Formats: sequence, structure tokens, C-alpha cells
Amino acid sequence: MTALQDSRSGSPGPTATTKRYRGPGIRRKATGNRLRYGLTVAVFLIPSALPLLFFTIVPMFSAFWISLNQWNLVGPMKWVGLGNYGKLIGDPGTQGAFLHTIYYIVGYLPLVYVGGLAIALALNSRIRGRSMMRGLYFLPVVTSWIVVALVWRWLLNPSTGIVNWLLGLIGVTGPGWWTDPAWSMPSIIVASAWKDLGFVMVILLAGLQAIPEDLYEAATVDGAGRWRRLFSITLPMLSPSTFFVIVLSLINGFQVFDQVYAMTGGGPNNSSQVVVEQIYDLTFRYGRAGEASALSWLLFLFILVITLIQVRGQKKWVHYA
Amino acid sequence: MNKKPLASLGLALTAILAMSGCGSAASSNVSSTEKVTIKYSNFISNGGNEKNLDTIVQAFEKANPNITVQVTTLPYKDYATALQTDLAAGTQADTFDIEYANLRSYVASGAVAPLDGVDGSKYKQSLLQSYQSDGKQYALPSSFSDVVLYYNKALFDAAKVAYPTSSWTWADETAAAKKITDSAAGVYGDYQSVSFYEFYKALAQTGGKFLNDDGKSVAFNSPQGIKAAEWLAGKSGTTMPTPAQGAGTPDFDTKLFKDGKLGMLHSGIWVASSFADSPKSWDIVVEPGDTQKASAEFSNAIGVSANSKNKAAAQKWAEYMTSSDVMAQTRISAAWELPATSDDSVLKPYLAKDKPANRQAIFDALDKVALPPVIGDNQQKMVDIITNALGEVEAKRSSAADALKGAADQINALLK
Repeated sequence: MTALQDSRSGSPGPTATTKRYRGPGIRRKATGNRLRYGLTVAVFLIPSALPLLFFTIVPMFSAFWISLNQWNLVGPMKWVGLGNYGKLIGDPGTQGAFLHTIYYIVGYLPLVYVGGLAIALALNSRIRGRSMMRGLYFLPVVTSWIVVALVWRWLLNPSTGIVNWLLGLIGVTGPGWWTDPAWSMPSIIVASAWKDLGFVMVILLAGLQAIPEDLYEAATVDGAGRWRRLFSITLPMLSPSTFFVIVLSLINGFQVFDQVYAMTGGGPNNSSQVVVEQIYDLTFRYGRAGEASALSWLLFLFILVITLIQVRGQKKWVHYA
Repeated sequence: MNKKPLASLGLALTAILAMSGCGSAASSNVSSTEKVTIKYSNFISNGGNEKNLDTIVQAFEKANPNITVQVTTLPYKDYATALQTDLAAGTQADTFDIEYANLRSYVASGAVAPLDGVDGSKYKQSLLQSYQSDGKQYALPSSFSDVVLYYNKALFDAAKVAYPTSSWTWADETAAAKKITDSAAGVYGDYQSVSFYEFYKALAQTGGKFLNDDGKSVAFNSPQGIKAAEWLAGKSGTTMPTPAQGAGTPDFDTKLFKDGKLGMLHSGIWVASSFADSPKSWDIVVEPGDTQKASAEFSNAIGVSANSKNKAAAQKWAEYMTSSDVMAQTRISAAWELPATSDDSVLKPYLAKDKPANRQAIFDALDKVALPPVIGDNQQKMVDIITNALGEVEAKRSSAADALKGAADQINALLK
């Protein structure tokens, strides 16, 4: 709404001029303009609003309806009210899926942020071939997860993979990456962080370039060292970008699926089973679309609450210059 | 990022379901002269038999010029998911492959139409009956197959071990596998997938039962169950490659056998046609048992969709694809899975073909059969629970006793 008003007052549109010259007609004219303006906006919104309505909003509520029923996708639905929700909350498999998802986020987020920041800082300085480097780091982001997952599966192969071979050279017996329940999630975390580094780097790089050079100059004159400048200027000035990265990564993190599906399939012994993988299994393998829809809604509410907390919390640490 | 991928899908499906509901009401009898197109979705021809299926389709279209058959072939591992999605959306083909284990839930959901007026005398009776429910025929058996033990003669010769015979037991198999295995050369003695489908059979081979007679609780949590789990899981890493070495990935086992690096392979007769002359010299034998013989028998069937617009034509195709001479001859000459025919003379030429020499084993195996336990809607969940538990035993993270106890508790909860 504010955006709409801003653009209206900002434009030297006909309203301003008519108002000055044609006393009695203004009211009718203004209404007409408002209507025409509204129509114009509507026309521009339709291409994105209709798909949003039909492919997101309506399905969301349809899923809610399904979540109140027992349904194997084929036969008739059977009303169970909130039964599916109760069943899920008490189900060790679902609890495990949430815990594994949180494990994933706790491992993935710091890794991808610190890594992305380091690369962004390095590529923000004047080094040779930095455009090419930026492109290279971004390459995994635009690569299909299936391809990346297969490559990582191969790299991390416990008996024939390069990673364990390298570890062997320095006398370390590598773990059974995706065959050992203790290592399946770390494998996924490493592969995911590697793939998303480039994305975080691009966002932070844009943030870095918006920081005025004179701040650093002034700080240097005052005797601030490298680390001091990083912690007192770069990080605070970068906080809006950081906030954006964290919100986005958390939402994507809760919806982690492709890499899990392609790398471990949730195994071994469900050790890397995450929420969306669970939703998939419930629907398409076990024919329990009601429970799957209920789990989708639980996940949605979970993400909503966490995002709201972040939005409220940002006042404390995000500085908009 | 789409926030609710599943939710969107859910609605799309519901919407399509609603629309298709309106559509099928208007359909009904199509006159015999009108041209119709029948869709047939299958997995049975995937992986080498697509041309053979095409031969049957062409013969059918020639005999029924007003019916065109449109074939969709999917890999077995994607088939069930694809069919489930199609059924939910109402976009399923007029005729589609059905596995014995899934029939019960399709009938309960009203997805398949009962078939009237089928000439039942053309079919092997035991197979025909397994697709009946409440006295109605819900699908027609298209083929049957069983699992046998394949062996590479050259590796047996090199290890100076006598070839397997039908009187072999687990102990003989283990002894031979150990002699053949040469990890340094990448040669393994044995391969049997550590999964549900081998477990229920191994359980029968050692005299155990999967479900109690009332079908309301499991019986595999027993000394026999433990023995069966240890028999399967114990091969991994000794006479058989481990998952880290590739075991369990698609086509891994058949490739190893073709490369001449596998002494024995437990697999279905459907892979026989892909071996031909690689390895050079191989044969089959009925699987060894422990206290008794038990072989896995599988059958596939074709059902007609309950909302097909051309049920009569669809049934015609389903009958042709399951009982015609052309179908039987094509299957026999290609050594595809065997036709579910009541006429044993049709099967004779199959025995006379050269490779593998001991084709009689395929029929001998049927003397003692172990059928998969069937529990309805939670079938896939049960399969996953057992396969997961066996994986834990295989990786030595759990004893067979503990793993089976855990699996038994979970499956008993599903049966309540």
C-alpha cells in the first residue's frame, strides 16, 4: 500500500494539474482517475497474482482440507478432524524429521554464511581475474541438484571416493559418509554449503560494494586495524544483507529436499530423513496424503513463527543506513 | 522458492479429479465401428522388452482395426509412484499393470473395474484366482516369474568347486561363495539383495513365517527370522560387495555378473534375456534352501481403470495382452517372463531353447513357492521397515535380534 501511495505522489500526474484549473470537476475526475489507476495496477498484477492464487493460495487451503481427512490418494476421503495433527506430533518419525532438519540448518547456516562472507571479502578487493572468479563461485548455484548430488556422492564414496583417498594419504581412515548414520547429515551439509556459497557471496558482495569507501579511510586515519574495520564497519554495515541471507537460508533450510533425496534418500536407517522428504514419502510411497498435508501445514507454521521472530528481532541488530 | 510444493500439488490433483469426474459421466458404450484409442501404462516391458511388447500391440491392432493402443513404459522403480499420482488425478491409463501386492488397496479404493465375461479357462488357475476378490475378477495375470540362482561356470571351474545342484543348501552356497571370492581381483562369490523381497523368502526357506495366521501380527521375530536376517546380511562384506562398493544401486548386480566377476546371483528370470553370452558360460538352478526349499514367485497383471471411457475396448486389450497366442509366443521366443497360460504345451518350446540350459529349474522352483506377505495400504511402509532393519544388521550397527524386534514392533503397530 505504501508503495502505491509513494508512486502516486511521486508522479506529476494529471490529478495535480486538474485540481488547480478545473474547480467543480475535480471530484468526478479524480474518482475516474483512481479507477483507471486501479485498473492499470490490476492489469500489471494479473500475470503474477493469478498463478499465485491458483498455484499457491488455493492449493494451500486445499491442502488444509486434505489434512483433516484420511486419504490414500485413490479412494474416497475419510474425515478425521485434527487427528492427523495429533498423530504426527506423537510420531517418532516426524519428530526425528524435524530434529534432522534443525540439525541440517545448525550445521549449514554458519558454514555457508562464513564461507560466503570470506569469498565475498576476497573478491571485493582488487585482485586479477575477479570477475571470472565470481562467475566460477556462482556456477554451482545454477547447476541442477541432481548433478551436484551425484558428484558429491561419488566424491564422498566411503571406499572409492576421492575424499577418503586424500584422507588416507595423511593416515586418516575416512568415515562411511553416506553409509554411516552419524555422517549422512554432515555429508549433506557440506555439499549444500558448497553449492550455495556462490549465492550468499553475490548478496554479500552487493552489500559490501554499497559501503562508502570514506568510512574505511576515516577509520584508518583513526588508527583502526584490519579486524577492527571488519567488526566495526563492514559487519554492521552489512547487516541488512546478512539479515536477508539468514531469513532466506532458514526458509530454504526448512524445506531442504533435493539434495537429501538424491544423496541419501533419507537413509541410512532414516538418519537423514528431513521434513519435506517425510512429506514426500507419506504421500507417494505410503499413500497417506492427509498426514502429509498436515505435516506441510505444521512445517508452514513452524517457518512462519521463526520468520516472524526474526523480523521482530532484526531491530536489535540490523542497521539500515 | 515455492513455499508449499505439496499443497499446490494437492489442489491440482483435487481439481483434476473433480473435472475428470464430470467427464466420465458422459461416456459409455462406444459402438464397435467407431475408432477408439486405449492407453496402456506398463513397467513389464521396461529394460529390454519394449520391442516385444510392440509386436503384441501391432498384432492386436491388426486384429482390431478400430482400436489403437497407446503404450507408456515406465521403469519399475518409478511405476508405483506414477500410477498412484495418476489415480489421484484421474489421469490414469485405460489399462495398467498391477502387482499382486498392490491389488488389494486398488480394489478397496475402487480404482479398478471388475471384469465380466473373461474366458478364465485360458489362464493358469492359481494365478487367475490371486487377482479375484469377492468372487469378482479385478485384473488378468499377464505373466509369472520366479527367482532362481544364476551361476557363472568359469568362476566355479577356476575355484575348483562343483556346480550348484537342486539339492544344495545354504551351507553349500556359503562354502562355494567363500572359495570363489577374491576381493583383490574384484571377484565375489555371491549376490543377494539385502531387502524385504529376499527376507520373506529366506524366512520360508528356514521354516519361519512372516505373519501369524490371523494376519494381525507378525511372526518373523523368531529364531528363524534371526537366522534368515543373518544369512542375508552376513554375506555383505564377506562374499558379497557392500553398499559402499555399490551394492543396491540399479543394475549393479547384473553388471557384475555380466562382467564375469560374480559367482552366484539370486535374481528373477526376467534378467535372463539380458545375459546371452556374457558371461560366456552360465546356468541356473533352483535356489538353495535351509531346512526346506522356497522360491519367490511373482506375477503381474493388467487391470482396467474404473473410470475408463472405453471399458469394453480396454478389456479386449487386457485379455489379448494376457491370453492371446501371439502374446504367449512372443514371450516364449524372447525368454521374457512366462505367459500365465493354462496350456502347458505352449510352454514346451521355452524348455527347448538353449540358454540357460537348465530351464526346467524355472518350473521346478514353482513346486515350493513363498508369496510376499500382503497387508494392504501400509504395504510399502512394511517393505521399508524390513529393508531398513536389514540394512542396520548388514552395516553391523545392530544385531539381527534387536533389528527384527524393532521392525516387529513397528509393523505390529501398522496392523492394528
